[in-house]
Amino acid sequence: MSSHPAKPVGIKFWSSGAVTLFVLMWIGLAFTVARFTKGIGFISNLSDAWPWGWWVAVDVEARVALSAGGFTTAALGYVLGRRYYASVIRPALLIATLGYTSMVLGLVIDVGRPWALYNPLIHPQPNSLLFEVAMCVMCYLTVLYTEFLPVLIERFSPRFVFLKILERFLQKVMWIFIVLGVVLSCMHQSSLGGLALPAPSKINPLWYTPLLPLLFLSSAIAVGFPMVIFERVLMAKWLRLKPEMEVLSRLSRFIVFLLGIYMVLKIGDLIYRGAYTHLLDGTPQSICFLVEVIFGVIVPWCLFLLPQMRRTKWGIFIPSCLVILGVLMNRINVFIVGVTPPYGEKHYFPSIGEFATSLGLLAGIVFVYRIATIYLPVISIHAQEKRP
Amino acid sequence: MKWKRREFMKKLAGGALAASCAPPAAVFPVAQWESKAPADPYGCLVDLSVCIGCRKCEQGCALANELPTPSRSYDDVRVLDQKHRPDANTYTVINRYFSGLKYDKLNRLVPTYVKSQCMHCQDPACVSVCLSGALQKMGNGAVYYDKSRCVGCRYCMMACPFQIPAYEYADPLTPRVRKCTFCFELIRQGGKPACAAICPMETMTFGKRNDLLVLAQKRIAENPRRYVDHIYGQHEVGGTSWMYISDVPFEKVDFVQLPSDPPPRLPETLQHTLFKYLWSPILFFFSLAGVTFLAKRTRSEEYAPKTVKEIPK
Repeated sequence: MSSHPAKPVGIKFWSSGAVTLFVLMWIGLAFTVARFTKGIGFISNLSDAWPWGWWVAVDVEARVALSAGGFTTAALGYVLGRRYYASVIRPALLIATLGYTSMVLGLVIDVGRPWALYNPLIHPQPNSLLFEVAMCVMCYLTVLYTEFLPVLIERFSPRFVFLKILERFLQKVMWIFIVLGVVLSCMHQSSLGGLALPAPSKINPLWYTPLLPLLFLSSAIAVGFPMVIFERVLMAKWLRLKPEMEVLSRLSRFIVFLLGIYMVLKIGDLIYRGAYTHLLDGTPQSICFLVEVIFGVIVPWCLFLLPQMRRTKWGIFIPSCLVILGVLMNRINVFIVGVTPPYGEKHYFPSIGEFATSLGLLAGIVFVYRIATIYLPVISIHAQEKRP
Repeated sequence: MKWKRREFMKKLAGGALAASCAPPAAVFPVAQWESKAPADPYGCLVDLSVCIGCRKCEQGCALANELPTPSRSYDDVRVLDQKHRPDANTYTVINRYFSGLKYDKLNRLVPTYVKSQCMHCQDPACVSVCLSGALQKMGNGAVYYDKSRCVGCRYCMMACPFQIPAYEYADPLTPRVRKCTFCFELIRQGGKPACAAICPMETMTFGKRNDLLVLAQKRIAENPRRYVDHIYGQHEVGGTSWMYISDVPFEKVDFVQLPSDPPPRLPETLQHTLFKYLWSPILFFFSLAGVTFLAKRTRSEEYAPKTVKEIPK
């Protein structure tokens, strides 16, 4: 284990923030009830021309990409053996577990027949990239919960003796789950990009490329550490702790490399395909692409490049936010902004119901995060010095 | 046994090099994509120069497929003033276009009527993307939807280049994907699709797709001044069971211009190259497992970077 063992934060649970989240969750739930009594059409702007919208772009695509911190920190801390970074693994794992769980809950709202979600298991159709995604996500959820099990065991093992035996067993086999988690993540992160491949005629050439799977994978890997920084800095403030700045600023050096790979692939692909000719079209699509690439990739990469920036809290927090927004915007661009159905009269814009359910799920993640960090050993103790 | 860092890095680099070069190039060549199109499917040839826009096909379709009667009568020509698309209650629709190319003797514009329905692609994108096989391309040419296998992800709708599948968005628990069935049951019993059977102008010719292609070519060759030299659906997205010939250019009457490459080719090639026998995940798993064990040996538990810089406040 790390030299700084994780401990429950142990502050008062209810705060004004927690109450707000609770209210948002209930609003989301109200819209979910409406969806299950009046239908998807009642709360969403989805139509025959726009079968996929905010739910797919944000609650599936972006949610999975932004949960990538779980496997990138595990790869760094366990697979590459950099135990120095151990303190960020558990919080990242928690965020990933909650992210994937909320994605599945979001799917229950989004798909028409959630009670038939077992169908791919009995009628597999391996030509479909979505089938592969479904299988990977199912396995990866199991992996995530298994990886999280030691946290629960640590908390409750003083009370139950048999948990000690389970813990010892898990320690022996945990490497399998960690490595499997990295493999499964790489598989479905890339396949999620591949979901757009069968519709070349519907997706704007600025985003449609045979390289989409690789771009989705590399952007997910690139957003993993920024997501960890974002979460550690923001949540430390919320839980009245100090973030472990030494670890985080060293972590930010990797972002230069990982985001650099994504940047080279993204821009290289644009030039190689000749799609840069669409950049100055002046259409909403071209503007969205420019904003996505300049403010979501190039600017944060340049900021991370500066050592002075990497040493300060805001110096790593702000570029991290930019990377996160860049990836979020990329998923929205590929699956909403860049989509042109041949007979779509007017462009889709998400409804209040779609925003509300999406926000409710997000609030749920943060709410459960607060419960977990306050009552379970998730955050390392050296980060736990109370603010003066 | 303790390895030196440099030695470890050397082995790691060597292993990575071997892993990245050897298997994809030598052992696992790119999977050859094969079309799964039926050899001798049925098809329908629509001659746009014949259609008079009577909407009998819409009526026949609704009757045969037990679709609800629309609020406005099929005889109400004003319906054609607006553009329509097939929806959850309508498998086929007629739209009216003024191409500006046809005039009658009194110099009035002559409209072109276009019937839209599922094209029943030879290599359908919807079938390829469906994760539970709810959509199937049948041997007789029909793209058949089985609601009992459907999850409701609507990927088929996202993938369809013709924007055909519609969805029952108002149904909370058992919504279905709705689209033209090619009157699957009628064809199986030796009949024709209801729309083709009811058409008073014989706009649609039902038959084997291969015969229809010959017929279409013959019609165009015999009347080169009447027809545009293009059989829509012969090559589009790898070929479709429903095909059109026309006396006005297809782009003038809202046909989508599509490449001849079947949409499933790229994603399926990718999928089967990477995941045949799950070779890449398995190889990746064992490579990473190797790295894990090597890293465990070389890096002590208290490993910390040598130069932890002071964080200025």
